[in-house]
This record gives sequence, C-alpha cells and structure tokens, in this order.
Amino acid sequence: MVLAPPITNIEELKAHPALARLLEWDQSVPKSVKFDRDELTIWVEKETIREACAILRDSPDCPFNYLADLTCVDWYPSQPRFEVIYHLLSIATKERVRLKVRLDVSSPVIESVTSVWPSANFYEREVFDLFGVRFTGHPNLKRIMMPDDWEGHPLRKDYPVEGYR
Amino acid sequence: MADFPTAVVDRAIDRATDNTMVLNMGPQHPSTHGVLRLVLEIDGETVIGLKPEIGYLHTGIEKTCEAKFYQQVVPLTDRIDYLCPMTNNLAYCLAVEKLLGLEIPPKAQWMRVLMNELTRINSHLVWLGTHAMDLGAMTVFLYCFREREDILRLFEMVSGQRMMTSYFRIGGLALEPPLRFFEKVKKFADRFPGNVDEYENLLTGNPIFMMRTKGVAHLSAENAIAMGACGPTLRGSGIDIDLRRDAPYTGYENFKFNVPVRTEGDVFARYLCRVQELRESIGMVQQALAGMPEGPIKADSPKVVLPDREKMKTQMEALIYHFKIITEGFTVPAGEVYQAIESPRGEMGYYIVSDGTAKPYRVHMRGPSYANLQTLAKMCEGQLIADVVAAIGSIDVVLGDIDR
Repeated sequence: MVLAPPITNIEELKAHPALARLLEWDQSVPKSVKFDRDELTIWVEKETIREACAILRDSPDCPFNYLADLTCVDWYPSQPRFEVIYHLLSIATKERVRLKVRLDVSSPVIESVTSVWPSANFYEREVFDLFGVRFTGHPNLKRIMMPDDWEGHPLRKDYPVEGYR
Repeated sequence: MADFPTAVVDRAIDRATDNTMVLNMGPQHPSTHGVLRLVLEIDGETVIGLKPEIGYLHTGIEKTCEAKFYQQVVPLTDRIDYLCPMTNNLAYCLAVEKLLGLEIPPKAQWMRVLMNELTRINSHLVWLGTHAMDLGAMTVFLYCFREREDILRLFEMVSGQRMMTSYFRIGGLALEPPLRFFEKVKKFADRFPGNVDEYENLLTGNPIFMMRTKGVAHLSAENAIAMGACGPTLRGSGIDIDLRRDAPYTGYENFKFNVPVRTEGDVFARYLCRVQELRESIGMVQQALAGMPEGPIKADSPKVVLPDREKMKTQMEALIYHFKIITEGFTVPAGEVYQAIESPRGEMGYYIVSDGTAKPYRVHMRGPSYANLQTLAKMCEGQLIADVVAAIGSIDVVLGDIDR
C-alpha cells in the first residue's frame, strides 16, 4: 500500500468539523493544518489554545468534549523546541482531531486546559514532570512520576537514556 | 454545553483541619492492586478528599523506546499493562503499521481478534476475582483463576509464554498457531459461558455483594466525560462508546457483538458491564473460530517482516533481509499517528512520532488506567473508607499502565 501524500491546504480540509468550527470562530486561529494518514492536525498559537479547546468542546454539531490525550514532543536541537499535543475526541460523532502548539525553549510556558477539561490535570503534570513545560493556571503543578526532589526532565532529548546524569 | 463540569478535583491535602484527619492508604495495601498510594482526608468514616500518589512503578518505558528499533519495542509494550499484554502489542503494531502503510493478511487479523478477546477475558477474570475478594467473596477468586489458567495455557501454546507473550509483530504474527490450538480454544469457548453463570450465581444476586456495590461510588455521565473516564467505567455511567464498534480496527467490523451500557454509574453497574463483556467476548471468540480464513500470517513486506526460517536456509535474499532487519532495523516514513484501541480497561492509545529513521522519535502511551484513576477522587467524595476499596476495584487499575 502506498501512502497518500499529506494534505496541507487549509481550503481542502474545511469540511472537517473541528477546522470548520475554529475558522468560524476566528479565521486567524488555525496557523497551519496537515491531513496525514487519516488524521487531522491543526497548529494553533499558544495564546489561543485554551479558548480554542473551549470552543471545540462546546461546538454545537460536533462537540469535541473528550480529551483523549495530552503529551509533548521535544524537537531538540531545532527551534521551536517543544510541541504540546492535544488529542480530542467527540463522543457523539467519534471524530478525532489533534491540536498542536509550538513552544520556544526560552519560555516553555502554556496556559493550562484544566479549566476546560478537569481530566487534563494528570496529563499536564506528566508533561511538566518529564519535559519541564509549565502550565499556568494548573491547580497542582507538581511532579507526578519522578520523586519531588528529582533534577532534570527525563524525556527531554538532551537527557541521557542510560548512565549517570 | 453550559453545564459541562469544570470544577477541578485536586484538593491539596497537606494537613488535617480541626474536624478531619489525614489517612495514608498504600502503597503496600492489598486492595490497591499494586503500588497505588492514596492520601485520604477523612471526617470520621467519611472521605472528604482523596489524592492518588503514583509513580512507584515508573520505569521510563517511553524513554527506553526512543533508544530501540521499532521491532524491539514490542516486548516493552507487554510490560505496560501486564494483564492484557496482547492488547498493548496490538495497539503498538497497528500504530507502526499505520505509519508504514502496511496491509495485514486476513488470517493474521482474525487471529489478532481471537487472541485479543481471550486477553480481554483473561484480564476481566483477574479483575472479577480480585474485586470480589476485596469485597469479601473468596470463592469467586478461585473460580476465576481456574479459568484464567486455561487461557494462560492457550497463550503458552501459541507464543511460548504465559504472560509476556509478544505474539503480535509488526506486519502480522510471530508464529503460526500450533496443531490442535483451535480445538483447545473451541473446547474452552464452549465451556466458558457456564463458568460465567457460576460467577454470576455467586455475586449478581448476592445481598452482601449488592449492599457493597449498589449506589456506591457514583459517577455521573457528565463527570465521567469531564474527568476522562474510559472503557467500562464510562459505559457504566451511560455513555455508549466502544472503539471496536465505533472505529473498527484489525477486522472488528466483521464481528457481531453488543456493547453493554448501564446508566446507574455505580460500582454494580460497572460490574454488570464487565460481566456482560465476558459473554460478548466469548461470542467473538466463537465467531473468530468459525470464520478463521486460511492464508499467510505475515504481510508480504520483506524489508519489515522477518523471513521464514526455512527460506533463510535456502534463499540468499531472505538471509540478507534477516541480517539487515536484525542489525539495522527498518526505516519508517516520517510522520505521526495516534492509534487508539479498546483495551479491557478502555481507550489504549499509542502516539508514535517517526523522523524517518529506524528508531521511533517519540512513543507515548495513553493508558486507560491513568485516565480512569482521575475519576477516583470524584467517586469517593462523601463515601465511607470501606467503599474506597470497592471504587478502586471497580475502575480496574493496573499500576504498570499508570506509571509506565
């Protein structure tokens, strides 16, 4: 089976409910899009992520009311270094969408979405613990996997896989 | 949706107030199914706040994956949710196959469904046994483990391992199922519905069990969605979702089954959902046995799938491909996928990022227990301490899945 090339033209993907809803709300919010391997990715700016999530959650015809996953990827040494990734699911229509936010290493800070989905609590703590991305407005931003006095963030690419730190 | 619950349930329980005390539960408490530690704030016998403390089993599997070839990650996935190893194998293999754009032959797909449903039964049996034992019913535990033993023998037959099977490989299966395997599965599948009746006779109408579970640890549908519950925990609260039906993978669209949904949202509802799932799963095992297609068990993709042992002895190319896959791995086109499947506990998702090399750039596992654990605080508010034990059992946590 040959993989179809990804679609990145925003006009061709307008039919997807998530993108349609975001464009309807504000034309400038989706910075770029990619449709690859049957999955839609939308990049948004970090200032708008919480509102974008709230808009998608309360979307009338296809509410993306379930936060399936929240994680992060470290693209060290390229810039911007971090990408925070939100996987949303609509329980009613079973549609999925992936939101992405690029974060620069100089200020890996992003607004928390715990006020939109309480379930983001553990996921954001995990990203904070393992990547060192801080979430403003999180109710209890503490390490979750590693001990409280641990130094460093293990899932960063400049953190060694084995040996002494 | 104006009534979406947004209150964040994460009380900072640091010290007791005048009326309350702080109680530590676990991490070595027998009812916490591993190493889960709970900090409870209690007023007499009533739980006011609850905070899970996790991380005792954190082994950094996500980090380890980044240093392995794609095919070397499969055995690691067994160890995440150790009660349903094949579900993890499947989620990972499907994700990589989606990245590669690989077609899987029908027999491998049907075998995957068959083994997956056996895994679901295996996992639910451990849950049923331990959950009943937590609530004081010892007999069920012995009965459940009797049947679980049969399933583990089937696993051993097919993969050589009882628990850490690594039976699914990228591109198909590790081995052809042995002679008389289907016969033995058939024998088990014919007998098993009677065994489920046995468990139900002991529990479903049992007044003590009902008193311990009915109306206990209630979770409303709104809260279940907001807190990220999944699987039987979500279905027990009245949300009709099952990824096997709603987003079919590996040939589930060929199977007929019902998705049990209960609206009560208590421990008993989640119990009924899972017991009904046992019956549905055995039905799917029967369907898989009846319709098992003939053909190869591995995809025709020599650069990804290891060649047959016999071919390696006679064909030069097979030997070269084998050497190359083992020493250099295989490259995967750059991209990313999120593959979610329905594990016994709920949505098991693998998010894999490839940068075009032979090693995954990032592997993230979205564990269903991790999501379900967050609902515990909401469930236990205002309940008695003894009901916390029932609540933990009802969401079926596996700590390997939470801590990774």
